[in-house]
Amino acid sequence: MAHSDRPPHRRTTRSRLLAAGAAIALLAPLAACGSDDEGGTPTLNLYQFPVQDMQTVIDTCNQAAAGRYRIVYQVLPRAADDQRVQMVRRLAAEDDSMDILGLDVTWTQEFASANWIREFTGADKSEVENGTLAGPLASATYNDKLYAAPNNTNVQLLWYRKDLVPTPPRTWDEMIEASLRLKGEGKPYQVLTMGAQYEGLVVLFNNLVASAGGTVVSEDGKTAVMDAGTVKALEVMKRFATAGVTNASFTNSIEDDVRLAFQNGGGAFQLNWPYVYSALQSDAPELAPNVTWARYPSIDPGTPSRVTIGGSNLAVSRYSRHPAEAFDAVKCLRNAANQKFLAIKAGQPPTIESVYADPEMAQAYPMKQEILDELKDAAPRPLTPAYQNVSTVVAAQLSPPSAIDPQRTAAELKTSIQEAIDSKGVLP
Amino acid sequence: MSISSTTPGSAAAGEQTVEETRPGTARTGHRRRKAPLSEGKKQERKLGWLLCAPAALVMVAVTAYPILYSFWLSLQRYDLKFPDERQFVWFENYVTVLTNGYWWTAFGVTMLITVVSVVVELVLGMGLALIMHRTLVGRGLVRTSALIPYGIVTVVAAFSWRYAWTPGTGYLANLVTPEGAPLTERASALAIIILAEIWKTTPFMALLLMAGLALVPDDLLKAASMDGAGWWQRFTKVMLPVMKPAILVALLFRTLDALRVFDNIYVLTAGANETSSVSMIAYNNLIRGLNLGIGSTMSVLIFVTVAIIAFVFVKLFGTAAPGSADEGRR
Repeated sequence: MAHSDRPPHRRTTRSRLLAAGAAIALLAPLAACGSDDEGGTPTLNLYQFPVQDMQTVIDTCNQAAAGRYRIVYQVLPRAADDQRVQMVRRLAAEDDSMDILGLDVTWTQEFASANWIREFTGADKSEVENGTLAGPLASATYNDKLYAAPNNTNVQLLWYRKDLVPTPPRTWDEMIEASLRLKGEGKPYQVLTMGAQYEGLVVLFNNLVASAGGTVVSEDGKTAVMDAGTVKALEVMKRFATAGVTNASFTNSIEDDVRLAFQNGGGAFQLNWPYVYSALQSDAPELAPNVTWARYPSIDPGTPSRVTIGGSNLAVSRYSRHPAEAFDAVKCLRNAANQKFLAIKAGQPPTIESVYADPEMAQAYPMKQEILDELKDAAPRPLTPAYQNVSTVVAAQLSPPSAIDPQRTAAELKTSIQEAIDSKGVLP
Repeated sequence: MSISSTTPGSAAAGEQTVEETRPGTARTGHRRRKAPLSEGKKQERKLGWLLCAPAALVMVAVTAYPILYSFWLSLQRYDLKFPDERQFVWFENYVTVLTNGYWWTAFGVTMLITVVSVVVELVLGMGLALIMHRTLVGRGLVRTSALIPYGIVTVVAAFSWRYAWTPGTGYLANLVTPEGAPLTERASALAIIILAEIWKTTPFMALLLMAGLALVPDDLLKAASMDGAGWWQRFTKVMLPVMKPAILVALLFRTLDALRVFDNIYVLTAGANETSSVSMIAYNNLIRGLNLGIGSTMSVLIFVTVAIIAFVFVKLFGTAAPGSADEGRR
């Protein structure tokens, strides 16, 4: 190796200077980190995924704060996994430069359990709870304590071609039959939804389970349940995947694949998030007048469907040096006016019920009543700190859905979900 | 490294670094049995140890501590999501991992990638080394251009492979399989991963083998050809035996490197469709899953695998092992 046979060498003045320079260069950023508060106004770093026009909201809040704090937007990567990994690594290292965290609804329990985010108490808590829809609020709660402020929410709807289907199907069975009828007539017939091995498949499973009245994980998040309702859900999923109504790339489709397939005229039905509607208006204007929406189909004709909530919450980091200011900033960032602004500008459905009644919303969200109906009766994903692990093993075992054997799959899922909750599971 | 360890000048085993000391000390032990060391030799060896002590200490500090720490973590149920439920569980995590299907699938994938890519790299690398060695015109240009793939950052190269194989954006996907998406199917995805590995590291293999080629004396080749040896005979009977130590080093380095394959898989498939390697699955459990216990168990198992392979290599090639080659030639 090189260092063993290098001739003994004396340190020259130049190399000493270089070393000193390098040391200063290494230490300078550390010094900069420590000194940002000396100006008087504390800087609050908001770590959040990219949101269109978010800077406008931040500017509004900074102005309203009148020098009490200044929020700086630190934009996280686009992919959810990358966002989470970056925050998790910083939090595990007790990084005190993070103040406000934009969390996907499914991470809130995990971060709370790991002791990485602060509980909302007193006036902060009541201000956040006031007027907020119950479903999103549940996603921000862990062990009956509020750990985050619901920032925006989301639910999937059924989008269908009214020129092909006069009345929307109320159940999955009706939808599959309608699709088969169209197939027999040689018309576009496919039912398009997300079936790749990822979170989207878990959302589909959760929609079916909740609509069938089943439970995956007990309410305290500690035990895998997998009751009769989940078996029923697996039966429906299997029937859907094998009835010949999906498109060829079903097992490889994520949100945008589904949207594009529908826009290209391939399907009669699409189960997807509301963003597809505005995209349809701009990308396929000739198809748009023929497309309308309805509540997500249920399993039992008498019981309306219950669907999974998406969206994000805002939380305050445990290691923030300015928690009081951070809580105030969170309340400002998610107040009714800012939620309305982002709902219209960035297409994020609000979590405060009164915002939906605003007349401006009717134009941007013609489907707001259906969204609100679903939200009021929504199904949270299993509320456990181990959700990431649960989701990974569920997606792996349900893929491909055509290979589901309801009884056996349910039993296997029960075992692997329990292992994931007990941190004994191995992630693929 | 291969050069310094095979030149007769570097006989003082003490001056070699950690990875090379083992065969070195084995050899000195062997010698001691023959004849006791003279006083001068002893002094020389003592000085050698003293000189390499600082380097050895730094190595211990930066490698032994993390290894022991991950071993310690692997004996615990330690999940950052559940900080209160941390407990000592002895070897429970090892049972969990070693009885898990995902782990063995990843292990099989890793072995497949390692064996196929190293074998192909050895053949291609030997060809490339011969070309670089023999070139008379534009030697610098030939050598530089052959080394370009090795100079490109793996992640950057992996991204360009990914785009090339993605239908719609990529020229290769449209060219080879106009209908399918090769990165979404297991067999084709693995083939692409192996291809990317080979493209990337063949130059490294060639570089190490070229160093070995430089050791083959021209006189020997001339003598062989005087005796009537054809090109193939000169290659197999003269060049390969002389190059054996260099080939061993190249194979060992590449095998251990290929075993830890991560970047290409992370970018190309992210482990979808059962294309995870052991490093990938360890990352998923440790960083994404926040499960320090299971994740560290996997890291320790990877370390053990690497150690076994290194041991087998050294045993298998016997006297050709780095550090003992000078003895063979005397």
